[in-house]
Amino acid sequence: MRRAGGGRHGRNVTTLVVGAGHAGLAMSRCLSDRSIDHVILERGEVANSWRTERWDSLRLLTPNWQSRLPGHHYGGDDPDGYMTMPEVIDHLDGYADVIAAPVETGTTVTSVRAVDDGFAVSTTSGEWSCRTVVVASGACNRAVVPTCAAGLPAGVTSLTPMEYRNPDELDPGGVLVAGAGATGIQLADEIRRSGRTVTLAVGGHVRAPRIYRGRDIMWWLDVAGILGERYDQVDDLGRARRLPSFQLVGSPERTTVDVNSLRHDGVRTVGRLVGVRDGTAQFSGSLRNQCTLADLKLGRMLAAIDEWAAAQGLDDEVAPPERPAPTAVDDDPPLGLDLTSGEVRTVIWATGYQPDLAWLDLPVRDRAGRLVHDGGVTPVPGLYLMGMPFMRRRASTLIDGAADDAAHLSAHLAAYLGDELVADRGAALSGR
Amino acid sequence: MSTTTTDQQTGAVDNGVDVEFLRSAREMLTAEPGGAAFRWRVTNTWVNGTHSRSTAYDFFGLGDEQRHRTTFAFDTDHPEVFASEDNGATPVELVLAGLAGCLTAGIAAIAQQRDIQLRSVTATVEGDSDVRGVLGADPDVRNGFSRIAVTYEIDADADDADIEALVAQSQKRSAVFDVVANPTNVSVQVR
Repeated sequence: MRRAGGGRHGRNVTTLVVGAGHAGLAMSRCLSDRSIDHVILERGEVANSWRTERWDSLRLLTPNWQSRLPGHHYGGDDPDGYMTMPEVIDHLDGYADVIAAPVETGTTVTSVRAVDDGFAVSTTSGEWSCRTVVVASGACNRAVVPTCAAGLPAGVTSLTPMEYRNPDELDPGGVLVAGAGATGIQLADEIRRSGRTVTLAVGGHVRAPRIYRGRDIMWWLDVAGILGERYDQVDDLGRARRLPSFQLVGSPERTTVDVNSLRHDGVRTVGRLVGVRDGTAQFSGSLRNQCTLADLKLGRMLAAIDEWAAAQGLDDEVAPPERPAPTAVDDDPPLGLDLTSGEVRTVIWATGYQPDLAWLDLPVRDRAGRLVHDGGVTPVPGLYLMGMPFMRRRASTLIDGAADDAAHLSAHLAAYLGDELVADRGAALSGR
Repeated sequence: MSTTTTDQQTGAVDNGVDVEFLRSAREMLTAEPGGAAFRWRVTNTWVNGTHSRSTAYDFFGLGDEQRHRTTFAFDTDHPEVFASEDNGATPVELVLAGLAGCLTAGIAAIAQQRDIQLRSVTATVEGDSDVRGVLGADPDVRNGFSRIAVTYEIDADADDADIEALVAQSQKRSAVFDVVANPTNVSVQVR
């Protein structure tokens, strides 16, 4: 592998990878395999988001065996467990060492611009030029906070999951959690266990049992090929990419946390938070339908698993099919909650995450500001993405999906460099 | 059942919905979101007492002024138990009709998209309200519905779970369901 060269306009390298998380490291390994010289620019340290932007109790939603990376498997003694954040950091640190990843830490990319022969990249520690760029800086850099948050009355603290660490740091009063994806249900659960009253505003969500027929749900989704579904084979890709995360928690007890379990533990469930008016939080009247939609979707997923298991002759090896109880909903859940009464002291916005690519000065967004790409290949030649939701496969969202994506996109990138080389030589031969 | 068998064999599900048009409209308006801005208009004129007449004719959409095939008129009034002349449905019943009309249209479209032949679809809509609210008799009672219940009876070439999914998806995509289930800023002015 050639070392990054110096030059009048900063340093030069064939490929720059932005971000040294699982996606950037997986890409680095694949680029090394192809002898493509590259450098990973990392704003913090390896696994920075996992180090600095997660709450204390969080564990991966996927079992340990499923944290596969190119040429690397979990080697510990608890393949069915779920990594804590320190374990994830160790896992990725170890991988960076094993693959000798060329990481420049403490280097924040401030802009990427297109120039004649590739890209000019500015960072907090100098200028770079390169032929190709892989954006692997993460899909969850910013918490999405709805505009109605501006209407919260004084005395109510507004918190994103990236700021939240544990219940001890919260005001002793009640908490309203907006959003019932993995983040929302996990925070509602642990905050309720801290003794606080918790209201959970439930919009669109994806219900999933932790264990189904005696096996981890992620095992089923993996072996039955559901995680391997390709982006160009689903009916409505936009919708599939916007789907909220599964209602899952990784816990040593392998418990299922869903709307039913939270209700059982005393969490009040209400409809989606749709506004804050005159100090009152307003909830949608659609709670029942949101829960029905999630129950029906769960039923279809479990039926697909059952069908696959039967076809594989697995029925004698695993527990019999079962269906979780339908989600219980109050007849008349409250449509409003007075935020000035003092009952609610904290609102947590578990309403999704977005990438932060403000530094990417390239035409890769649609009118709505969403990234435009075909399975990670952007409209800008030589610019690639990694780690975006359902980027190439359903598994692209997971650590486990990075290997396949990196293998494919590094091949595309190598072919692009090859074509460029041929074009350059052709130009040289014709005397231009 | 004989037509059902034929339909399934030929795959010719026909609920009278042009799904291809809806699909292409979705693609077109994704590319050109300006055309997606619609403005619906109704004109309402007082007749006498609690009786008034609303008409719907023109509206704006797809970047231009549009017209219905004809002017549609709706009389609203209050019933005789309120000492009115009962010249039309109450306005709240018209809201329930709007909700059901929207959900049923959605069911037909989604069924067409999912290759489900509908034979009959009937909705019963019940809206509960405590009229002490509108009479000003109790400030703690809401003017509007305390709850709305819609019950569908559907005969279709699909199992119960698929029919339930149709109805659930229709709610998810329904304009009037959104209008009644979520807050909307309303401005009322005098010219």
